[in-house]
Amino acid sequence: MVHGEAWTLKELFVYPNEYIYWTIQIVMYPFMTGLVAGAFVLSSLYHVFGIKQLKDIARFSLVFSFALLPVAMIPLQLHLQHPERGIEVMLTPHFTSAIAAFGIAFSTYGMIVASELWFVYRRHFVETALALREKRDKTIPERGRQLLFSALTLGAWDISEQALAKDERAVKIMATAGIPVACLLHGYAGFIFGSVKANALWTTPLMPFIFICSAVVSGIALCVLSYIVTMEVRKLMVAWRRKSDPSLPTPDEIRTVEMYEVTMTAKYLVLALLAALGLELLDLLFRDYAKFSSWEIVRSLIYGKDFVNVFVIQYGIGNLVPLALFLLPRLTVRRAVVATLLVLMGVFMMRWNLVIGGQAFSASFSGYMHYELPIIPHDIETFKEGLLGALLVGVLPFIFFWGLNKIFPVFKCEDTH
Amino acid sequence: MNRRDFLKNSITVIAGLAVPLSALELISPRKLLAQKGDESPVRWAFLVDTQACVGCGFCVKACKTENEIPHETNITRTWVERYVVTRKGKTYVDSPRGARDGFTTDRIDQGEEGYREVKAKDVEKAFFVPKLCNQCDNPACVQVCPVGATYQTPDGVVLVDRKHCIGCAYCIMACPYGVRSFNPAYKTAEKCTFCYHRISKGMKTACVDACPFGARKIGNLRDPDDPVTKTIMSGRVGVLKEQYGTKPQVYYLALSREVK
Repeated sequence: MVHGEAWTLKELFVYPNEYIYWTIQIVMYPFMTGLVAGAFVLSSLYHVFGIKQLKDIARFSLVFSFALLPVAMIPLQLHLQHPERGIEVMLTPHFTSAIAAFGIAFSTYGMIVASELWFVYRRHFVETALALREKRDKTIPERGRQLLFSALTLGAWDISEQALAKDERAVKIMATAGIPVACLLHGYAGFIFGSVKANALWTTPLMPFIFICSAVVSGIALCVLSYIVTMEVRKLMVAWRRKSDPSLPTPDEIRTVEMYEVTMTAKYLVLALLAALGLELLDLLFRDYAKFSSWEIVRSLIYGKDFVNVFVIQYGIGNLVPLALFLLPRLTVRRAVVATLLVLMGVFMMRWNLVIGGQAFSASFSGYMHYELPIIPHDIETFKEGLLGALLVGVLPFIFFWGLNKIFPVFKCEDTH
Repeated sequence: MNRRDFLKNSITVIAGLAVPLSALELISPRKLLAQKGDESPVRWAFLVDTQACVGCGFCVKACKTENEIPHETNITRTWVERYVVTRKGKTYVDSPRGARDGFTTDRIDQGEEGYREVKAKDVEKAFFVPKLCNQCDNPACVQVCPVGATYQTPDGVVLVDRKHCIGCAYCIMACPYGVRSFNPAYKTAEKCTFCYHRISKGMKTACVDACPFGARKIGNLRDPDDPVTKTIMSGRVGVLKEQYGTKPQVYYLALSREVK
């Protein structure tokens, strides 16, 4: 069986070599990169534009963006037929290819996020390392922690007022530099698709901008959602721990979801969502008006075979319903959770309709292909490029975030209002 | 000069020489000479006579054998399409298994939709069109390969380096002709090479040799006396999907407008 045959059904005339070669992992790739870029843009709103109300969520989304970063690369790696050669994209790039610059865009961005994180948390590293140094009778894990935090300071132990002010300036510079790079990283993912002239659905110069806008939408949505969920979980955990140790603060005493942070971020989300919707509809309108030779089959797909996916799930439930939920007065936490979930689903469906939809018709324009998502894997390929592979990619950032939170604590108590 | 100075100076001289010598290695003089010369004396091109093709599929079978593409796998470097145009102007196309076994039934294979019967009296015209890699002058697949594993030879043939291909499928996406696929054994991008291993030794491609009707011909566009070149230059030939700007180099005689 050749690659792609396991999940491709052909209808009418399709060239013999055509299969769905880019599967769910390539849906996950722009989805995850979008989350990375969006989360970073959200964190920059506080650091660059000084929107003070977003302090909590800014730190949260910065760490989250870092946790998402390695995961953005995994889907690409998983879909390669020769994953062991994946590194060659960085070692021997062929720069006429849109994919070749991935290494540069990705590592530049990674370094910016890492250094910004370092400046944000340097004080914490120094303080933790110093506190552990003072402590007597250290256990082995404590010794390990001391070593780790001492290493993380990179030898910069000065936490005087002036030094911290310098840190703050550096954070601002990094966050400012990070915004264009984050947009580049994701706009570039859009270019990978938009520049494929052979694909009637993908080829449009608007693609990078559509990608950037939807990235901001999904990034903010995920950050707000995770922020709310983690805050609520913490509250529950504190209540549970208090049963055995009444000296702990009550759930009412610890910080909970700050509603103004949610409403404030929701505003930015709505703006980005409107921009994304506008661009996508402009693209659709232009295609309908220009009526290129490919329009007939693209129309039959969008308005026919994929109507439910495109108009009902993506635009309807995924865009318009959350738009209404956010715009209706008196936003509540519960409504925000529903809206962000729907927005995430909508952005995922946008990627799905683009990647899978783009391959749903033959380059001969005389036939269709259906992608049957492998649910129960029967070999490594159907695992990697099936539901389980995608779920793995979806779960990893949360595991990374949990690990990173041990080093970069997102919820520090000294910041309590 | 004492021994210490001698050794010191020798090391300096060796190190100093290593730099220009390594530059010589980087700029291989032979390569440079080859690139400086005029364009290659050979530019391979293909000529398909759609009026001569009967859809026997011998070319497909020969190609699979020659290039070690397992017969049972559903990919093929070359294939033959059957076009049936009805009196009402409807066009039906099929290519069951790439026409590896020819067209054994009148019914038209419509994939998941099953077979379609077109009565002989309803047929306005019907013909066969062999397809293969167009070895474009401006190949989109070469442009998009992120590691440069697919490349164009000076005589115009696009090849894949199986030791470098990472299997990202970007080239497959970029090809408007759908000629690329994955090799099931090597897991790398697979495509028609105009039987480069044969033509570079003065032989014809396997499909050209296998065609009993002379529907397939290969020639050198830079040789004005080549019969294929003469036909391409003076005959009325068409190419596929010109709108993509890929400058395909497979020319078709009697190309019908229905051909996709």
